[in-house]
Amino acid sequence: MHPSKSGRIGLYLYGVLILAFLYLPLVAIGFASVSTARYLSFPIRQYTTQWYAQALESDTVSDLLWISLQVATIVTIVSMVLGFFGALAFARYQWRFRRLYQKLILLPIFFPQSVLGLALLMWFNAIGITPTWHTAIIAHLVWIAPIATLIIAIRAYSFDPALEEAARDMGCSTWQTLREVTIPLLMPGVVSAGLFSFLLSWGNFPLSLFTTGADLTLPEWLYAKMVSGYSPLVPTVGMLSVAASIVLVALALTVPLLINRFTRKSSD
Amino acid sequence: MERINQRLGLLSALPVGVFLAAGFLAPLCVVAAFSVMPQKVFSLANLPDFSSYAIMLQEGYWESLLISLAMAFAATFILFLICWPLAFAMAKVFGRFTLVLTIGVVMTLFVSENIRLFGWVLTLMKGGLIEGYWRNWTGQSFDGLLYNVPVIIFGLVYVYLPFMLFPLAQGISMVPDDARQAAFDLGATRWQIFREVELPLSAPGIVVGCLITFVLTAGAIAESKLLGGRAVIVISDEIERAFTYGQNWPLGSALAMTLIAVVACFAIAGVTRIDLDSIMGRKR
Repeated sequence: MHPSKSGRIGLYLYGVLILAFLYLPLVAIGFASVSTARYLSFPIRQYTTQWYAQALESDTVSDLLWISLQVATIVTIVSMVLGFFGALAFARYQWRFRRLYQKLILLPIFFPQSVLGLALLMWFNAIGITPTWHTAIIAHLVWIAPIATLIIAIRAYSFDPALEEAARDMGCSTWQTLREVTIPLLMPGVVSAGLFSFLLSWGNFPLSLFTTGADLTLPEWLYAKMVSGYSPLVPTVGMLSVAASIVLVALALTVPLLINRFTRKSSD
Repeated sequence: MERINQRLGLLSALPVGVFLAAGFLAPLCVVAAFSVMPQKVFSLANLPDFSSYAIMLQEGYWESLLISLAMAFAATFILFLICWPLAFAMAKVFGRFTLVLTIGVVMTLFVSENIRLFGWVLTLMKGGLIEGYWRNWTGQSFDGLLYNVPVIIFGLVYVYLPFMLFPLAQGISMVPDDARQAAFDLGATRWQIFREVELPLSAPGIVVGCLITFVLTAGAIAESKLLGGRAVIVISDEIERAFTYGQNWPLGSALAMTLIAVVACFAIAGVTRIDLDSIMGRKR
């Protein structure tokens, strides 16, 4: 019944091929970012790192990085909190409107993002708020908080409600149960939700486009440069933004391992 | 216990619930209200006249909607075909390689989609990665591969691949191996197993994957702008133009409401048929 050996090899090859397909455009950007030519054309004749030096020195680029960083950090913190409680209501407690709530939470994810951005712009206008990067935080959260909720809910499904009941039977208050049992058990889910929230906000374009007003996030600036003609800084800044994401994911994957090893050693 | 569950459930649903009511439902109501306002007004203090919907029908905006929906259908169908074997292998064949693939695919989601599409522009354009090296090796030149409808669909397939792949893999992992083994022992062919066992049993994952892909591709805008160079104008592009160049919020709102209505029909029809608890791995 299981696929034959050649079938398995074929599937592995297919998997590698899909990964290559997904990363090919980033390879093209990587090459473009080290080309000397002001107007890019392949094959590349001469390589240089001057665009990186220029990007790192540029005030515009550091302003963009700073705004994107602030937005992503606040989105991460808020969506971890909203998602934590949202996930408990989604997966853990049996309450009357749970089914309805589960479906309503999904709506913002199943929604064209550019339309959502415009809807928010009109809403801010209707209640008299001028869009700045602060309003972009709200926009990102409308889309990212439900995603964080789903990620934490997956974790919440796998934990045994009896643990909470036991704590309560032993005389814990609701708050103590939450602090001593529920939060530690859901922590891995909360951390990965935080990681997703940060990275999705960092890379988001369609929501930022309409809701940042006069401010610009990194993806918006890149887009503006792309449509107005080629600039050698576009691939360079793009690569820098990708590198930042990779560093963050690598940290997130290795730090827990190191902590694990460290705590195990000290308890030996 | 029952009472505590009721109270805690409602209480913990409150923060995200209130936030989405203010940040999602309220803006939608504003769009709905603007869509029935007279042309080119910027406040809701006018008498409704539904003229935007009339203009939408008269001036051929529905063509953009049809184009968007057709491309979304095509992208969803192609993605299903591409992702099924890989999702099957991730759920049933690969061991640790599934984790590598998952991390590899999720990582791409964190790179802004316009950066990745720009990468394809550099790859496919005249003088880009493909044409440039081809010319260098063979001496023959050809036009870039950009600015047509197939390349837009290609871009949609590229950007939204993860949204099809993961739900499909999740759905297929719900098909018990025993059921497939039994069908095989009873003499079913590979195709029969697919059609009679795997397809129906993994239906929740298929529904979620196809729905989310369809909804997101129907509202996509960057693919047609960056890769398509406006070979066709998609509905999101029309909506954006009505708001920016056109300075006509009511028309933009009416277009948005129509897109939302069409997409919502599909989404509601699908979502009501699936049990979220079982897809997301509730322990029984």
